[in-house]
Amino acid sequence: MEHHSNIVPWEITGKLKGFTIKYAKVNPDGTLDYDDFESKLCKKTKLACLSHVSNVTGVINDVKRIGKAAHDNGALMLVDGAQSVPHMKVDVQDLNMDFLAFSGHKMLGPTGIGVFYGKKEVLEKMPPFMGGGEMIKEVAYNQGQCSVSWNELPWKFEAGTPNISGAIGLGAAVEYLDGLGMDNVLSHEKDLTKYAMKRIVECKKVTVYGPSDPAMKCGIIPFGVKGLSSHDVALFCDNYGIMMRSGYHCAQPLHQIFKLESSARASFYIYNTKEEIDRFIEVLKEFDQL
Amino acid sequence: MSTVADYVARVEGTCGAESDVIVVFRYEKKDEVIANIMKKAKLKNTIAGIIFELSYQDLSFRLYTSGKAIFRGIKNKPELMNFLAELLL
Repeated sequence: MEHHSNIVPWEITGKLKGFTIKYAKVNPDGTLDYDDFESKLCKKTKLACLSHVSNVTGVINDVKRIGKAAHDNGALMLVDGAQSVPHMKVDVQDLNMDFLAFSGHKMLGPTGIGVFYGKKEVLEKMPPFMGGGEMIKEVAYNQGQCSVSWNELPWKFEAGTPNISGAIGLGAAVEYLDGLGMDNVLSHEKDLTKYAMKRIVECKKVTVYGPSDPAMKCGIIPFGVKGLSSHDVALFCDNYGIMMRSGYHCAQPLHQIFKLESSARASFYIYNTKEEIDRFIEVLKEFDQL
Repeated sequence: MSTVADYVARVEGTCGAESDVIVVFRYEKKDEVIANIMKKAKLKNTIAGIIFELSYQDLSFRLYTSGKAIFRGIKNKPELMNFLAELLL
């Protein structure tokens, strides 16, 4: 169920470093097959990776369970939080995540910046992946040789001139969301999703993909319209001022599992209202005349 | 003399197994584009007066009143540009 961003880097690195990648199965409704994931973990496993929330179905994964299974096997746990951090409270200590990554532009922040969290004791053991200013403590020359020592965290991993304006913008977005309260953000999205899922069944030509229980997911509804490609659906809604994503959503393997050429995706956030969902449903009903 | 570039703002490839191509026409030219296409192409179906399913030279495509069109089965950009030239000019 992963976004390509949690597949492609491992495929690239796997070829360079020679490690094996195992993929866990997904159930027909788009939920994670936890037993299959856990069966693939063993004492040789170095890292378990999982998205906290699927960017296609909105399914919320039990990352705490997978994290425990990974740690029981001596592996570390990396969570892709791009779709969870903007929408819910994520406590890295409670969930015992070793690593968490998320993007600025999905949480009202600027593009081109994101956050990579790592446990201090894990990051201390890791060498820098990039050279540049700030990440060096000392470069000493002695008898024709140079010795280099690394700066303290987090500077060890922040080489070169940082994206200062991006960081300030992301900081403002974090403060804004924090002011709203992440429990309120999640509650609002859950209300909208529940309402939309209840109403979308009125649209005869529409098929919703993924789990039908709104309690299992965040504010995302992937769907298709019989006889139309997802791009047709998106352009049709565009005529009514409704913006949505169409295509693979950078998650082609999940579409292969669903046996779909692509999907349309309605998503909700803090600024959406039930009135907008009513409008959306009325527009989808236009497809009934097909 | 007009060219395709006078009417087309950009061409977007879509992601998905369909390999659709979306042509976004210049906003200020969209009414002229729609009129030209509707004159030349054969109307097969319409949905809510927003989507027009059309065919021209054995190729089916969909035109939107927002000034966008989706083409499927186009092999490459030169083929698309030739088709648009036939359709628009």
